[in-house]
Amino acid sequence: MILLWLILIPFLGGILCWQADRWGEQAPRWIALATMLFVLVIALWLWVTGDFAFPTGAQNQWLLEWRADWIPRFGIQVHLAIDGLSLILIALTGFLGALAVLCSWHEIAHRIGFFHLNLLWILGGVVGVFLALDLFLFFLFWEMMLVPMYFLIALWGHSGSPGQTRIRAATRFFIYTQASGLLMLVAILALVFIHFGNTGQWSFSYEVLRQTDVPEPMAYWLMLGFFVAFAVKLPVVPFHGWLPGAHAQAPTAGSVDLAGILLKTAAYGMLRFALPLFPEQSAAFAPVAMTLGLVSIIYGAVLACGQQDIKRLIAYTSISHMGFVLIAIYSGSELAIQGAIVLMVAHAFSSAALFILSGQLYERIHTRDMRFMGGLWGRIPVLPGFTLCFVAASLGMPATANFVGEFMILFGTFPSAPVVVVIASVGLVLAAIYSLILMQRVHFGPAFQEHQLAGPDVREYVMMLTLLALVILVGLYPQPLLDTTASLSQAVAGLFAEGGVAEMAREVH
Amino acid sequence: MLTTAHLVILLPLILVGSTAVIAMLGIAWQRHHAVTALISAAGLVAALLALPLTIPAESSSPPLMQVDGLAVMAGTLVLVSALVTVILSHHYLTGYIGPREEFYLLILCATAGGLALVASDHLAMLFISLELLSMPLYGMLAYSFRAERSLEAGIKYLLLSAAATAFLLFGMALIYARTGALDLAGIAGALVDAPDAWMLAGAALMVVGLGFKLSVVPFHLWTPDVYQGGPAPATIFLATVSKLAVFVVLLRLVMAAPVFNSQWLQGLVTVLALLTMLAGNLLALFQANLKRLLGYSSIAHFGYLLVAIVAGNALAMETTGVYLVTYLVTTLAAFGVVTLVSSPFGGEDADGLPLYRGLFWRRPYLAAVMTISFLSLAGIPLTAGFIGKFYVIALGVADARWWLVGGVIAGSAIGLYYYLRVMVTLYLPEPGMRRRDVPNDWGSRLGGMTLIALAVIILVLGIYPTPMIGWVQHLAGN
Repeated sequence: MILLWLILIPFLGGILCWQADRWGEQAPRWIALATMLFVLVIALWLWVTGDFAFPTGAQNQWLLEWRADWIPRFGIQVHLAIDGLSLILIALTGFLGALAVLCSWHEIAHRIGFFHLNLLWILGGVVGVFLALDLFLFFLFWEMMLVPMYFLIALWGHSGSPGQTRIRAATRFFIYTQASGLLMLVAILALVFIHFGNTGQWSFSYEVLRQTDVPEPMAYWLMLGFFVAFAVKLPVVPFHGWLPGAHAQAPTAGSVDLAGILLKTAAYGMLRFALPLFPEQSAAFAPVAMTLGLVSIIYGAVLACGQQDIKRLIAYTSISHMGFVLIAIYSGSELAIQGAIVLMVAHAFSSAALFILSGQLYERIHTRDMRFMGGLWGRIPVLPGFTLCFVAASLGMPATANFVGEFMILFGTFPSAPVVVVIASVGLVLAAIYSLILMQRVHFGPAFQEHQLAGPDVREYVMMLTLLALVILVGLYPQPLLDTTASLSQAVAGLFAEGGVAEMAREVH
Repeated sequence: MLTTAHLVILLPLILVGSTAVIAMLGIAWQRHHAVTALISAAGLVAALLALPLTIPAESSSPPLMQVDGLAVMAGTLVLVSALVTVILSHHYLTGYIGPREEFYLLILCATAGGLALVASDHLAMLFISLELLSMPLYGMLAYSFRAERSLEAGIKYLLLSAAATAFLLFGMALIYARTGALDLAGIAGALVDAPDAWMLAGAALMVVGLGFKLSVVPFHLWTPDVYQGGPAPATIFLATVSKLAVFVVLLRLVMAAPVFNSQWLQGLVTVLALLTMLAGNLLALFQANLKRLLGYSSIAHFGYLLVAIVAGNALAMETTGVYLVTYLVTTLAAFGVVTLVSSPFGGEDADGLPLYRGLFWRRPYLAAVMTISFLSLAGIPLTAGFIGKFYVIALGVADARWWLVGGVIAGSAIGLYYYLRVMVTLYLPEPGMRRRDVPNDWGSRLGGMTLIALAVIILVLGIYPTPMIGWVQHLAGN
């Protein structure tokens, strides 16, 4: 039941925020903040009290489970379950949700209640994605979080350069994800009908469908259906067209959620659904996926170097970082998959911080164009220092969480795909280049204007210091994170080993 | 021979027919707008209540008719849509200068036609009831004949409809020439082996004739003009009752007569379906007129539904039922908002998209109704539209019609663009001046309450569709 409440709390909080508009400007903000902190506290409490030891034998892999019949006609259930990975991601959702509320405290000045309704509903949808085990339910949440995100970008976004309106960016985001999501729906339905044909029973259950025996060419197509949906959201080049625009035009809170959590739903979907449902096909597809990951790393990094808009630059670095995650997921190595999880968390912190910082810059100098920045180091107290810290984290400096993640990914992937690792390492060099370009163009060099700007207030200090502490904490002591997700990583890596064995066995015959 | 049991089965039809007579006599005696509307609504409600009586006696259908589960299901939908049309017409016609009461007469006659059409089991019955459904529609579309567009819509629909009827009749004649039978069982039984060219031509002509009413591409050209020109309540009736009744009878033909299920005809319908989905959505992309946009959207929706005609199996029946229910509540809500904003009648309907800019900040609940209905049209989860789309895609996948599945997905992706465009318009900051607005107390009037109820139904069906699926399954199984 607690799982259901995890989903319902943001939705109910959202409605409350909308109605709270009439009680004044501050009410929706405080309600939204309290709601997200509530989710965070529940998640942390589950984490502290949970037992994440390896499941032995018949023991259930889920920490908590809840199910109820929903549409018996097709065997659809409301089936929620939580394990280490979903728990960490939900805690992350709660934390970044609270940050998103905090960072829009001054930025959003009109229609505050409706803004927080949308914000909380996105987060509710995301929590649903992390908890749903019924494929229909998963798809439902997957699509549902798009609508509020669309409104967030379209109504409170910034208009960028001419021809790049926020509505256009929002529409593009929506169409990309919705169309790819429908491909996933087709794949889900095909899986269900094949299962129905085999056994005569309707089921959308993850555990039941995992056992389905899908004939060969079909299984590969179905795997692709899932992969495309997740690849669009991750995003993987060439499916990334929506991301830079959506990021650049979204309000800060939208960017924080988008980069921090929404992109992670894709990696989660691959780890939870695409690989376990189609292990052999995924193993066969791994070289292609890794190549796409490499392309994403290099392409994202190179394009990041050439951006003028600071938020577009950060958006492209996200593509680059997610390339690492993709490689790790398809490497079939336990170490690399754990690295991917750490990198997901680290990237959530560092990119959220950078987006919040660029939002704060925007509040002060009213531009996101780096051609009109420069020399800010001397003009704003403290903030440039924070920027330097998070830029260092983003480029993978040792002692930050990002370093741990990238190192584990490269180290874990090396035995199976050394060439990929060698090429991916180039991405690290490029990361240093774009990070330094960002610092140089924004904070150093000749000043564009002279007058002094305000330093961070308490709210901004709290956000930045918390994020910085987390980045360094995870960088120095990632063990709790690894312990929590070890069983999942091992299971997914094990799938690949089995898949590979089955593949080999087939070739022998 | 008609027996008492037959009369019970025909009770809904009789009730609607006698209501029409009562309304006519009432008008002849003394004109009163509200009373006429009330009588019409009461007759429709009575017919709706009488409908469940017809189910158990299904084995003894009256001559020329087949009152089975499908007919009862479609009959319910016809009556509900007609009822909503009557309620909204009352608001709309309040401002109309000239005789207002005859509009209800036309609605009732057309409803009777729709009721008979969905139950027809004989080509003669099919033809007569189809005309009974269409004739009053000409009048309804041209009702505000002082407005040029309305007159144009009525005449356009009349002329093109007549052409379609000619196709239909020619098709029937060809089939009759080959089989010597006009009842569906006779047609189905007369030709068990492979149908010849004449049979196929006859079936294809009939599909064309009916496809015309469904505005299947390339027979859709009348749709946007007629949707735009007709008074809003007439457009609602056209988009719901007329389309759903014709679709049900098409499905009945496909299920009953093997010739409609031949490979060749399936190929033809597949191509038509693909064209309809894509063209409907593409043409809607840059529409600034809401009624035209909804017209194109309804073209696309019937393109999706044609998947059921191609599949033509038991699941197709269920899909049709579910899809029609979801389409109906959605369309009624979407057009209902347009009607309400256009009410009371003031020369021209409020159908320009700019009029709706910033509606959310003036009338949040009305805008919410519209948002929900557009989300449902786009097939977003948690709305009824998603359940319908889910069924269509499931049917396509189950029947391995990959082209059609691809078409549905491409169509949905394209469709999102204009649905989102309309939706976001409602939330943009409003311009300084505004010309049309709904009265402040719209929510406490009957029409407003109906719209809110429809929006709630859309959400409920999207969140918990099990009862609806059960109902459709129960009736489709009969």
